[in-house]
Amino acid sequence: MEKRELICIGCPMGCPLSVELDQGEVVSVRGNTCKRGEIYARKEVTNPTRIVTSTVVVEGGKLAAVSVKTREDIPKEKIFECMKALKGVKVQAPVHMGDVIVKNVADTGVDVIATKSVGSLS
Amino acid sequence: MLNYDIVIIGGGPAGLAAAISAKKHGVEHILVLERDKELGGILNQCIHNGFGLHTFQEELTGPEYAGRFMEQLVEEKIEYKLNTMVLGITKNKIVTAMNREEGMIEIQAKAVILAMGCRERSRGALNIPGHRPAGIYSAGTAQRLVNMEGYMPGREVVILGSGDIGLIMARRMTLEGAKVKVVAELLPYSGGLKRNIVQCLDDFGIPLKLSHTVVDIDGKERVKGITLAQVDENRRPIPGTEEYYPCDTLLLSCGLIPENELSRELGVEISPVTSGPLVNECLETNIEGVFACGNVLHVHDLVDFVSQEADAAGKHAAEYVLHGKRISGSDIPITVTEGVRYTVPKTINPTRMDEKHTVRFRVGDVYKNCYISVYLDEERIIHKKRPVVAPGEMEEVVLSKEQLMAYTELSQITVKIEEA
Repeated sequence: MEKRELICIGCPMGCPLSVELDQGEVVSVRGNTCKRGEIYARKEVTNPTRIVTSTVVVEGGKLAAVSVKTREDIPKEKIFECMKALKGVKVQAPVHMGDVIVKNVADTGVDVIATKSVGSLS
Repeated sequence: MLNYDIVIIGGGPAGLAAAISAKKHGVEHILVLERDKELGGILNQCIHNGFGLHTFQEELTGPEYAGRFMEQLVEEKIEYKLNTMVLGITKNKIVTAMNREEGMIEIQAKAVILAMGCRERSRGALNIPGHRPAGIYSAGTAQRLVNMEGYMPGREVVILGSGDIGLIMARRMTLEGAKVKVVAELLPYSGGLKRNIVQCLDDFGIPLKLSHTVVDIDGKERVKGITLAQVDENRRPIPGTEEYYPCDTLLLSCGLIPENELSRELGVEISPVTSGPLVNECLETNIEGVFACGNVLHVHDLVDFVSQEADAAGKHAAEYVLHGKRISGSDIPITVTEGVRYTVPKTINPTRMDEKHTVRFRVGDVYKNCYISVYLDEERIIHKKRPVVAPGEMEEVVLSKEQLMAYTELSQITVKIEEA
């Protein structure tokens, strides 16, 4: 039986979690105060994932950059690949919040979307 | 002179929520004044996720969170002026502001809501020895440069202070290709949320050195390196523990200070603990009809709480405009002892208060397995067990009107931490 101690990142409370594993299978999760904690713990010990946020360049917009995020969380080891895919991406204004900026980023099946609207110049 | 019912100083999360709330409570003529070129305040540079779990039950980024409030502002047809700097407020609630289009403008308000936010403690306020080279930024300035202006402040980074902005920037700089060598924290515990230590430092193998501070900055033109040293329990550097870190950038994340220049000139009484106005349960300052909310009142850890507080400020300002001041009953002071540093509000009037009122506060140290207690004079009415409380996280207790009204001779309310 393997035991792992985690801190939940599901919300600002940061509950201390303890997960019991048997040959890679999650047996129990303790310490969570909500459902979110259990989901996080199960994922974190088997397939840790994160939302990635960044910015891309906007051309002809009222602002120089637009903030973006992966629509869902992606595997942790794909974070830097995702960042690399966003390097050099330029979008034309206007951009609307929720617009898809990069489809299927780093082959994760997850799209990168704009988290802000940027209007065109003039 | 322009005339408005309520003028709100600041178009960040506090100002927006206060404006929307005031409109919903029946006030028509509201004006929001914002000095930046867009609404949303600091949320615009906080592109990371984690906002709004309490308010929207989903995780949003800063711009998305601000966006929801901006939409409501537009729906409610609330007026606002951008690129507009407020220069002064008088006791008669004449607000002087200026912008490029209109020049100097004067606005007569019936009520004013202060929502100017806070600013970061600067290098000058920290007394770090060494030269004054380029390459030293507050973490928030670096955040604005990277996330909004498109500049990278440096490649090899040391961060002093483990508040949330410092932690978030450790991750952000790493994602953008910089090497964050270490995050140093003067205190024996981090001032940031635990989740941020996990997802911003641990995820990327960035070391956190508690009880450490910067004792020297090397480099004349540009930062060449910094020296860290361990500190003792009195926060004095321990000789012999110095360690040199070559780097080209030092980010400072050493605390936030409410921005109350306007409030002070107006004669608003400022708390020496929070550096924000002293307010009653209506979030009204000692100047009648002047309310405060958000980080200008006290520094929050979660924007959800800013929005809730601003909502209350907007409501009370609206009531003041529509019905005038309600003065029945008396203001009972809230005293703090044993570990509690301050409360917002500072006084509460049981006759005037809503059915329930949330009192927010911060503690001065880390306490484990303790109780948060509230006393009405000598009688203990709240005894809430908490596994751990820390200065980085805001705490709250909820007082009910019924309980306070039942106590006829009430002279003071006390909030304290009690050991288990």
